Amino acid sequence: MTDPTPGTPGQTVGPFFGLSLPYPAGPELVPPGAAGAIRLHGRVLDGAGDPVPDALLELWQPGPDGAVVQEPGSLNRDGWTFTGWGRAATDNAGHWSFSTLRPGPGRPGAAPFFALTVFARGLLDRLRTRIYLPDSEDALAADPLLSSLPAERRPTLVATADPDGYAFDVVLQGAGETVFLESRP
Amino acid sequence: MPENAPPDTQESISAEIASIAAAHEKAGQGPLLDYPPYRSSILRHPTFAPVQVDPEEVELAGPVFGARDVDPADADLTAQHPGEPLGERMVVTGRITDGAGRPVAGQLVEVWQANAGGRYAHGRDRHPAPLDPNFTGTGRSLTDADGWYRFVTIKPGPYPWRNHLNAWRPAHIHFSLFGRDFTERVVTQMYFPGDPLLPLDPIFQSIPDTAGQQRLLASYDHGITQPEWFTGYRWDIVLTGPHRTWTES
Repeated sequence: MTDPTPGTPGQTVGPFFGLSLPYPAGPELVPPGAAGAIRLHGRVLDGAGDPVPDALLELWQPGPDGAVVQEPGSLNRDGWTFTGWGRAATDNAGHWSFSTLRPGPGRPGAAPFFALTVFARGLLDRLRTRIYLPDSEDALAADPLLSSLPAERRPTLVATADPDGYAFDVVLQGAGETVFLESRP
Repeated sequence: MPENAPPDTQESISAEIASIAAAHEKAGQGPLLDYPPYRSSILRHPTFAPVQVDPEEVELAGPVFGARDVDPADADLTAQHPGEPLGERMVVTGRITDGAGRPVAGQLVEVWQANAGGRYAHGRDRHPAPLDPNFTGTGRSLTDADGWYRFVTIKPGPYPWRNHLNAWRPAHIHFSLFGRDFTERVVTQMYFPGDPLLPLDPIFQSIPDTAGQQRLLASYDHGITQPEWFTGYRWDIVLTGPHRTWTES
């Protein structure tokens, strides 16, 4: 089914989104150090392998039980309510970091993932992708999206475990280019 | 481009814009991501086409915002400081719907913009136009039950940037929009009708079809204008789920 009315086109977020979009505690879906808190972090890289210091990432995820969260308060966090959504700008080294909870599987046996939206100066429209948790090989192998990808592109959607949680680089272009997604209508 | 090469001229950028437009008569609704006239896009666009995926449950929902998140006063960008900002006071208002015409109710709208002189209150804006101590240029609002938003602001000025020699951005307001689900998320820019800089601007022209470009233009609406107070602009927004982005594959 296609929508009868065409959508409003996107435009780049530009260089000055820092005036408006980032906000205190935006990257903290849960306070760092809270029970169950993990760190999800990485870099945004361009086609030359250079860090992108003016990118903005938005994270959207279910809770640890896999259920979709519908709670207000993301912009004005109380420290106790998990809203499932956060926003982080990259720093001068192209690095971003969220403090959050592990997402649960959306269906029994499904591979859990974070949904991610990427904006940047120089990027004319937003990009969407998924960050899969690396923990269950069986679930990853059975995932409809991952199993549809050429073997060499599949790792671009899977995070790497590290001592505090997971690491994941967003590669906008070139070697190791992240798989970006579009919903089937 | 070699480090010491002379900067591109508006004429050469305009010629690139024209040749790309001729090659994309049948376009999708989004901007071209691979659009060399916008020089900053050259290393920042994916080379693979996006992979089609059936959205999972979480992607068919989106974050919820409410009264806790947004102060109603945040929708008036002229009232954030002790004095009145300089420039043309204006209102921009419109309705946000999905592709089927259903209102996007209670959702977050964020805006940011330059001041009347074309200067952002941002440390990295080096344009030597005056900052306005009474204007920050940032606002937030929630749509009402029927999908309407409304901001009181100052008409932003055009400003120079360094994409090429004598490059000027048409006046615009940045809009950040959340739809009914995660796949409908859009960040875009609203422009003003009749702006002579629009044909010259590689960011606006990255949308290769005229119909798509028209959807980013507000219209002047004298019914919104209030006597002795502000001019009025109307800009409606449509957020569609299967958001096709035109990409070379």
